[in-house]
Amino acid sequence: MTEQTPQSQLNSIATNGKPLLEVRNLKMYFPIVKGIFGKITGYVKAADDVSFYIQSGETLGLVGESGCGKTTVGRCIVRAYKPTDGSIVYQRADETTVDLAKVDSKELQTYRKDIRMIFQDPYSSLNPRMNVFEIISEVLRVNELCSPKEMEYMVAHIMEQCGLRPEYMRRYPHAFSGGERQRIGIARALVTSPRLVVCDEAVSGLDVSVRAQILNLMEDLRREMNLTYLFISHDLSVIRHICDRVAVMYVGKLVELADANALYTNPLHPYTESLMSAVPIPNPNLRDRKNRIRLEGEVADPSNPPSGCYFHPRCRYAKERCSTETPVLRDLGDHHFVACHFADELELTGVRMA
Amino acid sequence: MTINEIDLALADRASGGPSTESDVRIEVATQWQLMWWKFRRHKLAMFGGALVLFFYLLAAFAEFFAPVNFTTYNEQYVYAPPQMIHFFREGKLAPYVYGYKFERDPVSYKKTWAIDKSVIIPLRFFNHGDPYKFWGLFRGDLHLIGPVNASDPFYLLGADKSGRDVFSRIIYSARVSLTVGLVGVAISFTIGILVGGISGLVGGVVDNLIQRLIEILISIPTLPVWLALAAMVPLSWSALRVYFMITVILSLVGWMGLARVVRSKFLALREEDFIMAAQLDGVPRGRMITKHMIPSFLSHIIASITLSIPGMILGETALSFLGLGLRPPVVSWGVMLQDTQKVAVIAIYPWLLFPAVAVIIVVLALNFLGDGLRDAADPYQ
Repeated sequence: MTEQTPQSQLNSIATNGKPLLEVRNLKMYFPIVKGIFGKITGYVKAADDVSFYIQSGETLGLVGESGCGKTTVGRCIVRAYKPTDGSIVYQRADETTVDLAKVDSKELQTYRKDIRMIFQDPYSSLNPRMNVFEIISEVLRVNELCSPKEMEYMVAHIMEQCGLRPEYMRRYPHAFSGGERQRIGIARALVTSPRLVVCDEAVSGLDVSVRAQILNLMEDLRREMNLTYLFISHDLSVIRHICDRVAVMYVGKLVELADANALYTNPLHPYTESLMSAVPIPNPNLRDRKNRIRLEGEVADPSNPPSGCYFHPRCRYAKERCSTETPVLRDLGDHHFVACHFADELELTGVRMA
Repeated sequence: MTINEIDLALADRASGGPSTESDVRIEVATQWQLMWWKFRRHKLAMFGGALVLFFYLLAAFAEFFAPVNFTTYNEQYVYAPPQMIHFFREGKLAPYVYGYKFERDPVSYKKTWAIDKSVIIPLRFFNHGDPYKFWGLFRGDLHLIGPVNASDPFYLLGADKSGRDVFSRIIYSARVSLTVGLVGVAISFTIGILVGGISGLVGGVVDNLIQRLIEILISIPTLPVWLALAAMVPLSWSALRVYFMITVILSLVGWMGLARVVRSKFLALREEDFIMAAQLDGVPRGRMITKHMIPSFLSHIIASITLSIPGMILGETALSFLGLGLRPPVVSWGVMLQDTQKVAVIAIYPWLLFPAVAVIIVVLALNFLGDGLRDAADPYQ
């Protein structure tokens, strides 16, 4: 496999100040272990050479279908996983930088409060044996971020901000509805006043009406608390609603990264185009069944990806070159990155503005 | 909003009216309360629990509940059948039993017992009878019920080959038979949670080795292992040491199942989102295990412990029945059942099987209780 890096391009565009977080060539390989002796027979390349950056104050969306590695990337950033290779450069409040992929667990502890995570499932992400106060205050307690006296005020404050009544802090999670539980999860993530929040499918487990409430809440909180979001989702309409820029992943690789509007209206990668054609259109009269792109075949196996461009077996524009040469993520102007050999030749259609 | 403002807001709400007060009370239904509410709905388990409690109380205060000491014998009444207790005489509460008369069959010389309705043996509650040393500490002679005249026969569940009271001996036996289960489970629980915890938390090669070892140990048939281990107990040992060895033997065979339960719980928890959330909170390992992991499966462990006590009780009974466990003069249900190894005994003196009835009742009660506990263990589902 070619080891070309898109780093050079990325560095060149990071002109408007240093980004809050810069992921460079992130690789996360999970070994496939067989037999009783634990022989490693291969690797699942859940994240393979992923590079992107997040500017302070923006919301970056990370989309892709199930199993494409978007959650893995998120978990590497919060360092639930130790990446196989690559770097995660985080800019501290004093503008110095640190590579989170390399720091040891002791030093990592100091960044735990700055980079927080909101989980997908509001049911399994809250310990049923702890009450809301214990759940939210745990991070304050173990990191000794405030005195036990202040803790109650901190928790009450963040609960209020997340639309929960502070009187309920002694209740157990089972006494809350799904939407309220997700608010608890958000409160837990935000109680430390973090700088970056990784939202891993944060609204996918909620029904539609509650989803809108939670999205609006997150949007409000972002403004109030000056947050930066990495918003991981498979839901294209949610991503469009909340994100400034969007990165598209396919089988562990980043295929396109652009402003949300540019990506939705003018996709440059064939995979993005097919994703956009799958965005549901609410008005049945505007639906056009003919233009719907149906991909052939299955998603590639990340433990045994195809040669060249991983998308080429399913791409309707694929040519000879695609099966031999791995495309590099390159800038086609206006910070619109795409990993396709023919991105500047193809005429692709985006989402129609309905 | 500043901290002071929140303080005010909270104070405002707290004094908001009478409804808030009751609100607060509803909030604090803890996990154990929820479990209790759920358990209470399980009628059979409640019944089982009451029965288990009753038997343990019986065992704890055996000296008081048993009409006579378990060593008291009367050669005149060898194999005397059970007597029926009557509580009222002439409209007044005055418990009594009828006396015995016996005849010899002129052909077989067999002694046959009959109830002699002409002899009335008066009984008394809180009777001063056989002297005993309660728990080996306090002297006393008070019994819940007993014959007013100490030399009168009183055999509620009949007498055995030495004319000893089966009822009293069953009560004294409960002490050994029921605590063997508790002590054995305590030992196997300690081994199980340690080995299972290491297996589940460390994982990798260690986990693999422990699991294979458990599989090998589990595949060995239990009875030969018991027999082999029990045969190693020297005959010269005191009753207390033998008792202790038997519990160790039982728990050495019993810890594997518990270790597997603990391991699977740890493995399942490792994948839970709330554990990852705690990890991201920076919770250190020790706190993670004690505060986040163990509370979420402790109730399951309690349920499986309850369900493994019957196995221990049955194990002790089986060992003693085969003559490899406890030996007389120690008395346990298994030791008592040694007398029933001959078919003739069962045919002629069926009341000697009463210890088996006690075993069945206790094992069933513990199973019902364990079932109820298991159902209640997860009050959130």
